[in-house]
Parts: sequence; structure tokens; C-alpha cells
Amino acid sequence: MSSSSAHSYWKSNIKLVLSLLSVWFLISFVCGILFVDVLDNIRFGGFKLGFWIAQQGSILTFIALILIYIRAMDKLDSQYKQAASDDVQNTEEEAK
Amino acid sequence: MSVQMWTYLFVFLSFGLYIGIAIWSRAGSTKEFYVAGGGVHPVANGMATAADWMSAASFISMTGLISFLGRDGTFYLMGWTGGYVLLAMLLAPYLRKFGKFTVPDFIGDRYYSQTARLVAVFCAIVISFIYVCGQMQGAGIVFSRFLEVDVTTGVIIGMAIVFFYAVLGGMKGITYTQVAQYCVLIFAFMVPAIFISMMMTGQVIPQIGFGSELVDGSGYLLDRLDGLSQELGFATYTEGQRSTQDVFFITAALMFGTAGLPHVIIRFFTVPNVRDARRSAGYAMIFIAILYTTAPTVAAFARTNLINSVSNAEYSAMPDWFRKWETTNLISFDDKNNDGKIQYVGDAEQNELTVSADIMVMANPEIAGLPNWVIALVTAGALAAALSTAAGLLLVISTSVAHDMLKRTFMPSITEKQELLSARISIFIAVLIAGYVGMNPPAYVAQVVAFAFGLAAASFFPAIVLGIFQKKMNKQGAISGMAAGFIFTASYIIYFKLINPAASTADNWLFGISPEGIGTLGTIINVAFAYTIASFTPDPPDDVQELVENIRLPGEA
Repeated sequence: MSSSSAHSYWKSNIKLVLSLLSVWFLISFVCGILFVDVLDNIRFGGFKLGFWIAQQGSILTFIALILIYIRAMDKLDSQYKQAASDDVQNTEEEAK
Repeated sequence: MSVQMWTYLFVFLSFGLYIGIAIWSRAGSTKEFYVAGGGVHPVANGMATAADWMSAASFISMTGLISFLGRDGTFYLMGWTGGYVLLAMLLAPYLRKFGKFTVPDFIGDRYYSQTARLVAVFCAIVISFIYVCGQMQGAGIVFSRFLEVDVTTGVIIGMAIVFFYAVLGGMKGITYTQVAQYCVLIFAFMVPAIFISMMMTGQVIPQIGFGSELVDGSGYLLDRLDGLSQELGFATYTEGQRSTQDVFFITAALMFGTAGLPHVIIRFFTVPNVRDARRSAGYAMIFIAILYTTAPTVAAFARTNLINSVSNAEYSAMPDWFRKWETTNLISFDDKNNDGKIQYVGDAEQNELTVSADIMVMANPEIAGLPNWVIALVTAGALAAALSTAAGLLLVISTSVAHDMLKRTFMPSITEKQELLSARISIFIAVLIAGYVGMNPPAYVAQVVAFAFGLAAASFFPAIVLGIFQKKMNKQGAISGMAAGFIFTASYIIYFKLINPAASTADNWLFGISPEGIGTLGTIINVAFAYTIASFTPDPPDDVQELVENIRLPGEA
């Protein structure tokens, strides 16, 4: 297993998790708690937006985040496995 | 058929199902006993995680609490769901890759230290034990109220059922009963919610009914509820009362705690591989969200319904449900101005009605006049919620004793058969102690249950995350971090909840953070200690750093 493909796998993983967790923080803590009163000025149907995000929207966002993570990681895993097997082939060829 | 008959029928059928599953799924090896053989399908594990997670508190108390807290109740909703995002991305896949049986296994191996292992065992047992006593007590209360047996008999029945499938089947038995329990509890929660939504707003889906107009023509549900609250002098439902920083800290503490609770984490050891661990976190999130997005709608429906039914009504004309709950002291009426009518208002001087939060889920179907079978369903659901969580917690206690303390620390020479036997004996003892505490609840158990989250947040969550994401984190850092976080959080909670509850007001709290939210500060203290101590002490040995490299990569464990 090549250490360079392992390194880039881990870097992409960290980047993915950090971007998803920033959405997690933005929706739950920023929109649902810190700026909830400001967002409450916007209404849709019978909801105030801030209140809806706090009691409904945040949870739906959490589901979406995990589903995106699952898909992205599956893709990343298969890329890594491809890269790792390419590396093995290359080293074998060089050895010949 | 009467409510009583329906209740017996549902409880009998659901218990029969759990026992049937227990007999079918007996565990023969320690691997089956600890991690259900490691071959659980991600959907099944998602359901089991959801049932493991949603306790009597989620099922019975949370909706009622939100009903009285209004928007502030949000910290339960976001806190107890947002933790799954952390669990899915920061813990579950890596711990599955690590591929052992328990949380102390990971802490002990990753931090190459028996001390770290024992600190983890101690934290796991304390957290799980506090939590399981609350579940037993919850099961006892549900039994005594609905089946009209006394609390002691109720707890004994609950103990016998849990004992049967946990001792026989270990994690294997627990997993498949939890799948069944999830189905029972979600059905029992959703049916009344859908009924009430249809009755009040004409919408089948409660989440849509939540934002719809009432069928009686009095406008949008939430506007009507705000209006009623203001008229009667209660806090406006959709506005917050607690300080923003307190809500922030409580939400964070519940999220970190969720991600650090050992009985939830070990569920991810039961799936075949890393990919399935991620998938089952996704399924768990969806299954949990079904209840958690419905709970706030039931809270608003039930509150509106309650106010409409009792406010300024003649006491003598109150229906059956009112009398029934009066006898259990969950509702009490004191006619202060002797006019024979119920004044239910925000002003404590004039208010004549006291309503317990627990009643909102349990009495809601009766208040709304739903069919008898729906009322009875709630009992079966509440018992499923309490028993499934209790079983998961008991397993953590038993594996901590048999596996982490005996096999990995003090008696490494015992055979697998002896280890399995000691796991069964320790579950047996844990059931007995939990049952005893459930029957004779010390006044503080209920208050302390929520703080299991604070302790998990301040001990396990940072130790595990740092162990995965900081290759250079060493044993000195991790041990001192866990100890500092745990001691700080425990002392703060013990002081304000047990020693000096009178002083527990916003003015006396550190930075205005309530004991419920202090776990977040405990987490920060843990991390600060870990980094500081680690910077003065030697790096972990090479083989440990290799272990960390290895759990970060995809592939077979």
C-alpha cells in the first residue's frame, strides 16, 4: 500500500468532514440558536423560519449531511482502492 | 374492548415477541455475546441503534418537556439528533475498523495503557449505571400506571424480561429484540400523532399539520398557541426564555454526550465492515428523526388541546381522563378563588392547575378522545422504549466487567467459556442492582440521568476523537484529559444538583451555564488538558502510531 495515496485519502476525508461539519454548525448553532430571533422575522405557512429550523429543519439537515457523507466516502474509498492497486502494479512493473 | 383489555393484549403480545426472539437468538460465543457475531445488517443495526438510543425519557418525557418549554425545548431535539452527525463522521467508521468489542478496548489499546483502560471502564460503568436505573424506574412507573400493579411488581416484570433476553442472547438477543422494540415504539408514537394532526388540522402528516391552520378556523396552530399562551400569561410558545449561551452549551453537551455514550458506540461494532458502519449511522439517524421531528408537533398539539380543554372550564364537568390522572397526582387542581372553574394561567398566585410534563404523551390520546386501542398502544411503546435502552446499557456494564476488567486486565488466562459465563453473571448482578434502585429510587436518580450525557461528553468523546485524529496524542494526555473532564463535570453537577440545589440559579452558574450544559465546558477542559500534558510528555510508540494510520484507511479490519 502506497503511503502517498493513503496520505491523499486522509486529506480528502478531513476536507469532506470539515465542510460537512461546518454546515452542521451553521444550521444548528448559528441558525437554530444564535440568530433564531432574526430568522423568525421571515415566515412561511404557519412557521417562523428560525423556530422551524430549530425544531424541524436542523434534524432534516442532519439526515442530509450523513447521507452525503456516506455517498462521498464510498466514492473516496473506491478511488483509493483503485489508486492503491495501481501503485502495486507500478511497483511490480518497476521490479521487473 | 376496554383500554385495560387492549393494554394487556398489546403488552402480552409484545413481550411474547421479545421472548420468542431471545430463544431464537441465543449467543454461543463471546463474539456473539459482545457484538452479535459482527454480522448485523446495517438497516437492522440502524433500528436497533434507534431503539437503544430512544429511552423512556425520549418516549414519555421529552414531548411533555418541549410542550412546557416551547422553543427552548429545541436543545433536546437538536442535541439528541445532532450527535449522530458527529458519531457518523468522527467515531463510528474508525471504531469499526479498529474492530474490537468495547470502548475501553479502544481506549486501552490506543493509549497503550492499562490505567487508561481502567479509567474508561470506570467512566463506562458510572455513565451506564446512572442511565439504567432511570430506565428501570421508568418501566416500573409505566407498569404501575397502566396495568394497575404496584411499582415493585412492575419493576420485577421488567427485570425478568430484560434478564431473559440479555443473559441468554447477549448482544445478539438484544439486537434483534431492539429491532422489534423499535417497530413497536415508533408505531405507538406515530399513530396518536397522526390521529391528532388529522383531528386538529386535517393534515395526515404531523410535520405538515404543525405549520397548518386549525380546522376550527382560529388560524395557524402555532399562532393560536402563541395567542393562547399570551392571553393566559404563559411565555410565548415560539419564543425563547433561557439565555442564548445556556441553550448553546446544553445543545453542545447533549450532542457530544450522544456521540460519547458507550451503549450507542458499541452498536457500531456489530456490523460487518466500515462501509456498513457508516450506512447504519445513516439509517439510525433516519429512524430517530421520525420520532424527533414528530415530538415537537405532538408537543404543540397537546398543549393547545390541553389549554382548550381545561381553561375556564367547570371543574365538575371535567371528563374521565382528568379524574384518572388526578388520582396519580400528575394533574392537580386547587380552586383558589372558589368559583368552581379551572383557572390555568401563567401567574403562580392565581394558577389553579398543575400538570406534570410526563402526562402529555401518556394522556394526550385520552384528552383528544382517540380510540381505546390507540390509548393502549402508548403503554406498549413506552415499555419498549424503556426495556430496549435498559438492555443496551446492561450489556455495556457486563462487557466492561467480563471483558475489560477480567479478560483484558486482571485475569487474562480465563477461557472463552469462563469469560462468557462471567459476562452472564455480571449482567445478572447488574439487573438485580438496577432493579433494586428502580424499586427504591433515591430522589436524585431522575435528575442525574440527563447528566450521563455531560459525563460522556467530558470523558469519552474527546478521548476517542483525539485518539483517531491526533496521531501524536499520548497516554498521559488522554488519561489526564479524561480524568479532568470527568471530575470537573461531575463536581459541578453534584454541587448544583445534590449538595446545594437552592444555589442553582443563572446568577451562580459559571458563565451562566446550567448543570445540563456544563459537559461542553468539561469537553473543552478535557481537550485543553490532553494537549498541554501531551506536549510535555513523549510521543506514543511507533506501533501505536501505525495502529492509528491503519484505522484511518478503508479496507478489512
